Amino acid sequence: MAAEHKPRLTRELVAMRVAQELAPGSTVNLGVGMPTLVAAFAPPDANILLQSENGILGYGGFSEEAYDQDLVNAGGQPITLNPGASFFDSAASFAMIRGGHIDTAVLGGLQVSERGDLANWSVPERGGGSIGGAMDLAVGARRLIVAMEHTTKDGRPRILRECTYPLTARRCVDLIVTDLAVVEVGPEGLTLREVAPGWAPGEVVTLTDAPLTGPRGVPEMEL
Amino acid sequence: MTATIYEAPDEALDGISDGARVMVGGFVSASSPTNLIFALKRRGTRNLTVMATNIGFGDRLDELCEDRQIAKAIASFAVRASSARASRFEEQYRAGEVELELVPQGTLAERIRAGGAGIGGFLTRTGVGTQVAEGKDVLSWQGEEWLLERPLRADVAILKAHRADRLGNLSYRMAGRNFNAVMATAADLVIVEVEEIVETGELAPNEIHTPAVYVDRIVRCDPVEVRWDGR
Repeated sequence: MAAEHKPRLTRELVAMRVAQELAPGSTVNLGVGMPTLVAAFAPPDANILLQSENGILGYGGFSEEAYDQDLVNAGGQPITLNPGASFFDSAASFAMIRGGHIDTAVLGGLQVSERGDLANWSVPERGGGSIGGAMDLAVGARRLIVAMEHTTKDGRPRILRECTYPLTARRCVDLIVTDLAVVEVGPEGLTLREVAPGWAPGEVVTLTDAPLTGPRGVPEMEL
Repeated sequence: MTATIYEAPDEALDGISDGARVMVGGFVSASSPTNLIFALKRRGTRNLTVMATNIGFGDRLDELCEDRQIAKAIASFAVRASSARASRFEEQYRAGEVELELVPQGTLAERIRAGGAGIGGFLTRTGVGTQVAEGKDVLSWQGEEWLLERPLRADVAILKAHRADRLGNLSYRMAGRNFNAVMATAADLVIVEVEEIVETGELAPNEIHTPAVYVDRIVRCDPVEVRWDGR
């Protein structure tokens, strides 16, 4: 079977792998889209404090009970609160974000460069796109994880030497988790840390534009 | 100065003229001033510059585009990455009929805070090396590059809180503070819809999130239910 047609991780499995990165007791902001799914896989005893940039610290899961339009996350989804949750205004929320008080942010991505530049808000050929809180989170979070698909729908790499889409921030990404691999961004470039089950490191390298070091002996993700 | 209490949202908007710069509080569905947005629509005020974190993402602000009342928006969420589920604002933006200044959400909040706090600008790393930096001063400090961002003020802010007392103190519920609390400080005329007006003294000093000094007009309205499917 040609590599590009082999099964890849579902969005849920990517979220599950990202959740393994969250340190117990850390404060985490989950972006809109695939990162939102990470909340469901964080171990309950890890005491992760989830921040939502519309002014909530300490939300729980998604509310399936009575809808309260005043209690939504940054993606507009109804949520629940954990004991100890607090509310604040948007200026205070972004002071928290830019001030380095968020341990980890997880954002979606369209492209990441070998230096860790992120493009995640606009596809030029479609026009439009919105920035939301992504630029503030990208520069403000102590650690930035990008959860995204390894290639575009027509098979073009999203991990590139240079981003071609409008940037969210320069040199901001620490770790990339895709449906094919876990890639670490370091001062010397990108390191392939793990591959999806059933994938060979060489196959992942073929679908990556930027150079990856360490493709020999790379383990499969444990999910 | 005591806030003026209005009986109906349409009257509470008296004096907003064509071409006004209007801040609109709320975040998606949370504490969005939907009654005042509807009143602004009924009044037909035109050529507005609207400042809101989102337009057409679970709010009803997009309905002002039906009669083309918005000339320009300053927002963080206003256009989707594809035109498949475009709002009216997006359609008009993609047709070149409305102007959009897209601002990172934290920069938007801080520009409004600065506008209300007498601060002439601030330095942020947000937006350095991106389209947001175009035309702005970049300063070097402590080995990093920072963007100089300028304050934002408005002629009018339309906001929603949960409760007000007759003096004009405001209390929000749940995640309702969002942009409401900061916009209350940064407009010449601040108009707030609330679900309940109580006697002065009934709000405990520590449950007042917006002190009365910022509030000019309040109007009691039943909240409008807003639902969004997240797309």
